[in-house]
Amino acid sequence: MKTINNIIELVGWEAIKLLIGLIGVLVVVVVNALVLTLAERKVSGHMQRRIGPKEVGPCGMLQPIADTIKLIAKELLTPQNVERPLYFLAPVIVFIPVMVSFVVIPFDAYLQVKDINVGILVILAFSSLSVLSILLAGWGSNNKYSLIGSVRSVAQNIAYEIPLLLALLAVVLMTNSLSLRDIVESQKGLWYIVSQPIAFLVFFIAGVAETNRTPFDLPEAESELVAGFHTEYSGMRFALFFLAEYTNIFIICAITTTFFLGGYHGPILPGFVWFFGKTYLLVFVILWFRWTFPRVRFDQLLNFSWKLLIPVSLLNLIVTGGILKL
Amino acid sequence: MALTNPVAIVKGAVSLIIGLGVTIKAFFSPVVTVQYPRVELKISPRFRGHTKLVADKDNPDKTSCIVCGMCEKNCPSGAIVKVVGEKKEGEKKKTLTSYILDFTTCSQCGICVEICPVDALAFSAEYNRAVFTREGCHFDLVKEFEKRKIH
Repeated sequence: MKTINNIIELVGWEAIKLLIGLIGVLVVVVVNALVLTLAERKVSGHMQRRIGPKEVGPCGMLQPIADTIKLIAKELLTPQNVERPLYFLAPVIVFIPVMVSFVVIPFDAYLQVKDINVGILVILAFSSLSVLSILLAGWGSNNKYSLIGSVRSVAQNIAYEIPLLLALLAVVLMTNSLSLRDIVESQKGLWYIVSQPIAFLVFFIAGVAETNRTPFDLPEAESELVAGFHTEYSGMRFALFFLAEYTNIFIICAITTTFFLGGYHGPILPGFVWFFGKTYLLVFVILWFRWTFPRVRFDQLLNFSWKLLIPVSLLNLIVTGGILKL
Repeated sequence: MALTNPVAIVKGAVSLIIGLGVTIKAFFSPVVTVQYPRVELKISPRFRGHTKLVADKDNPDKTSCIVCGMCEKNCPSGAIVKVVGEKKEGEKKKTLTSYILDFTTCSQCGICVEICPVDALAFSAEYNRAVFTREGCHFDLVKEFEKRKIH
């Protein structure tokens, strides 16, 4: 006990808290990826009236663990003539912004690694970094499909980050704060999905595009680009991209919950149950989208953002500002 | 341009919601696949598997085959390789001892089943037999009949 106190005095309470928080975040990231890989296959199965994986463990519950072991055991193949430093760096970089975004998300009233007063800016700034890693992966792979995939991804992410930000700005205008905790606290009475339905829709659509999910999955487009930017990756490197993709889905859904669905607010049950419940409901909606909507064409994708989402979200912002001023 | 036409946007949005309705209905509908090695479908009674010997109505331990050889003679592909019987002591008719069906050439045409004067042949419902050699496809129907009797 004494030594623990000494250590706390030495490094400071804040650093210890951050460390514990980071470990917690890592656990959430890994568990979320395991749950989502299984959920994706199960949901896809039932939407096609099959039952999905069922052999490993009861009802196939241990399937993601078996998949993980397989991925870890696989050989890390490096193709010839790849741009070596970039090729190795890309899967590492893809994972960092994902981890940082978790730090500011309030899972419960007192369950947040660090409440930064520009929280949402941190998330948006770091999530746009993941585009960089996709570009590095596509460029470094020395493969035409990878390059096409990553170029598409960059164009798409730049186009959809604008409506994403504008939609959130309307909420920020209403709360006068960029801190996620303040935003959740201000939704105690009324969730912003009621007062800002257009911002919610725009944000969710842009979020789906941002995570490269169907119907906006052009960077991966398995039927035309093999697997897009991660065609040349195998084993654990591929698993990192996979992990980042699923964590991105979780983050987008968590931000939507925080901004529009009242975060951890809810009757009877503890806050984090509400938070995760709402988040996974949104995750289910994203999976549901995947098995319903076909992929859009690239010109449709960009037109949709520049000609519809951005004007609508700008208009929404102006109207919100006007009403608040009155 | 569809994106500047509000009517088209509303129509498109409605169609998207209808699409979501279709998939969620499928999500909650019962599963239609059969988990094959664990569960098997019931085979239709008129399914044509390879032929099998039928038990005699009066004496279920024995086949009603009288070893007339009609099936062997009438088989268009020569798939019935040999039908052998012997006359046991104290019995009027011959008893079948070996009936080899070469399933590699059999086309399940059913002439043997049709022509059998005592209706000793029928189609089995077996569809998932696997063999490793060509000779594995030479089924001895008498042995199979004996095996079925035990079960």
